Amino acid sequence: MSMHAPSHEDAFEAHHGHSHGHDAGHGTLKSYITGFVLSVILTAIPFWLVMADVLDSPVLTAVIIMALGAVQIVVHMIFFLHMNTRSEGGWTMMALIFTIVLVAITLSGSLWVMHHLDVNMMPMSPEMMRNMP
Amino acid sequence: MFSDPDLLKFIFGRLTLEAIPYHEPILVATFAAVVIGGIALLGLITYYRFWGALWRDWLTSVDHKKIGIMYVILALVMLLRGFADAIMMRLQQAIAFGGSEGYLPPHHYDQIFTAHGVIMIFFMAMPFVTGLMNFVVPLQIGARDVSFPFLNNFSFWMTTAGAIIIMLSLFVGEFARTGWLAYPPLSGADYSPGVGVDYYIWGLQVAGIGTTLSGINLIATIVKMRAPGMTMMKMPVFTWTSLCTNVLIVATFPVLTATLALLTLDRYAGTNFFTNDLGGDPMMYVNLIWIWGHPEVYILVLPAFGIFSEVVATFCGKRLFGYASMVYATVVITILSYIVWLHHFFTMGSGASVNAFFGITTMIISIPTGAKMFNWLFTMYRGRIRYEVPMLWTVGFMVTFVIGGMTGVLLAVPPADFVLHNSLFLIAHFHNVIIGGVVFGLMAGVYYWFPKAFGFRLDPFWGKMSFWFWLSGFYFAFMPLYVLGLMGVTRRVSQFEDPSLQIWFVIAAFGAFLIALGILSLLVQFVVSFIRREELRDTTGDPWDARTLEWSTASPPPDYNFAFTPVVHDQDSWWDMKKRGHSRPLAGFKPIHMPKNTGTGVILGALSVAFAFGMIWYIWWLACLSFAAMVAIAIGHTFNYDRDFYIPADVVTATEGKRTEMLASEV
Repeated sequence: MSMHAPSHEDAFEAHHGHSHGHDAGHGTLKSYITGFVLSVILTAIPFWLVMADVLDSPVLTAVIIMALGAVQIVVHMIFFLHMNTRSEGGWTMMALIFTIVLVAITLSGSLWVMHHLDVNMMPMSPEMMRNMP
Repeated sequence: MFSDPDLLKFIFGRLTLEAIPYHEPILVATFAAVVIGGIALLGLITYYRFWGALWRDWLTSVDHKKIGIMYVILALVMLLRGFADAIMMRLQQAIAFGGSEGYLPPHHYDQIFTAHGVIMIFFMAMPFVTGLMNFVVPLQIGARDVSFPFLNNFSFWMTTAGAIIIMLSLFVGEFARTGWLAYPPLSGADYSPGVGVDYYIWGLQVAGIGTTLSGINLIATIVKMRAPGMTMMKMPVFTWTSLCTNVLIVATFPVLTATLALLTLDRYAGTNFFTNDLGGDPMMYVNLIWIWGHPEVYILVLPAFGIFSEVVATFCGKRLFGYASMVYATVVITILSYIVWLHHFFTMGSGASVNAFFGITTMIISIPTGAKMFNWLFTMYRGRIRYEVPMLWTVGFMVTFVIGGMTGVLLAVPPADFVLHNSLFLIAHFHNVIIGGVVFGLMAGVYYWFPKAFGFRLDPFWGKMSFWFWLSGFYFAFMPLYVLGLMGVTRRVSQFEDPSLQIWFVIAAFGAFLIALGILSLLVQFVVSFIRREELRDTTGDPWDARTLEWSTASPPPDYNFAFTPVVHDQDSWWDMKKRGHSRPLAGFKPIHMPKNTGTGVILGALSVAFAFGMIWYIWWLACLSFAAMVAIAIGHTFNYDRDFYIPADVVTATEGKRTEMLASEV
């Protein structure tokens, strides 16, 4: 910085709103390692389930993998993205809740709509389909 | 060497001389006009030695005010293009009767209605709204710039790059013939093998990056950079609506990007997301695109509601009636706008329960909108109304928008929609809300904030001419379409059999002609105002006796907006400061920390045009090269530490001193 002005902090704050000491911390080594180990475990289990053919039912396997994936998302958010109810005055939490609501609306709405279409617009059996002119 | 077809194919992809439409007289004439206009413009810039200043002060600027102004200029240019398309369609439909084919062959007509929709939504309304938010929001919240000034400049150039890509399709190749949302399977590789849909995809993807980033930027600005004392419930209504709009942008534009990316894979990589066979489902595209598309409508109209709120409060000399209800209505609209998307395709074949759910949510969303209407009416009630031009637009909006809203509720009834779907009734409805809501709001906003941006007011006579031409033109142009729609005439048709319909199309064409006069008056207004700028000069910084913080600084505001960050005690903070006898600080100025201009945004924008062009024409070396260059430059820019500077205290003192003199000369 070529020119050092006396009122540096003051001007900087007013201009950028850029925080030097923002309340969302950067985490400790311990929290990063906890997150890392948890992620490794949560990733290893699905691999083990598939590769060692542990369960008989593939559907159950898929469901468990999806569930572990969802848990993994939460682990990442807490340990790597430092998500909590206090950071940025609660704005990050609010943004997260908003995102979850919208994703839920989008997914469930799309599934609902497309299911309806499938039921209403695909009345034919595969045999009828094959015999179409 | 150039006879080798493989080499030619490598260098030019599928671009051949045939792609240049020199056999289309309309396009050749347009091209000639663009070239002559372009040369004249470049000549003028050279003659006035404006190149240096243009690059240093404008194109590379990270100042939110200049970026806002450039957005609005882009929007006005694209308005002319989009309107040219509109009047061509009106003319075609007015004459193509009883065996006459009109002057536009169907393949050309189809490109025109697609281009009209795409340009008016993505490259007229969106930049216009973003431009006003960019200019006004930091001033309204007492900030010196947005949170990420370089990102702002980059966003602008990405939007412009998208506009350039769309404009290129006019003279190189063709544009999509699919309608503005490019539904598959028509937009798939089988039915649209040409470059038209690719122009559409890449133009929107590039511009979409700009829109999303500017949304993030403005949210961060509003959340983090408000003046001390300005709690959420003391924010001006325009800032509130901007916040909600940008939340909508950030939440929905990724859906558009993902949907178009899937369509791109279908077209380029042969996947089958939206094809008819191999398990593809075109209806999924329709579903996804409207999950973006419906909130998009509110992205456009919410800032317009904010503008009307500011204008009504200012020109009635009253505090806005029901501020809290206005804010809650805005937030409710923001959330509800996510659960109405299916009303765009009731006829697709969902069952009664789905259609009933979305029909009811659609009717519910009209309630907060209606509440806003009453808030404006009650603000006017017993107010000291000054019918300046922005107020005229506001009253015109209130009448027009209510009609559009009512026809919207009619369309929200699924059985009625089965009759009216894709008819001209629908066309009339959405033009009624978009012109009557968004465009009228933007026009009011331009007139209202113009003195803030340039230091002189706009000429009121030409402003009123523009308003009356637009208003009457709107009714002439679209009321006949309601009638035609009820008679069962469908949209996107270039020729008609039934001669009894012709009179309605002629009336509509007359309306379009009146709107053309309205646009012309707008342009005349800018020229006349510039010539008369000394008479129209605003020395006070507060020409309308307004209520919010942007009017507390000079017109045009200095680079740093506010010498001292204002402290807010009331929702109408500037009104409150005026009432309490606020006096400007005249001494004790400190150096002000500011961001430095950078050309990186322009370069990245130019490279993304090259990248898109390469992708559209299958010129793979160009696409690879420009993409690599983009990544390299973006990374290189992160090593640029020379990003800020200080405006020295004596410069601030001098600037503020000039303002003091100007204020003194006023009295």
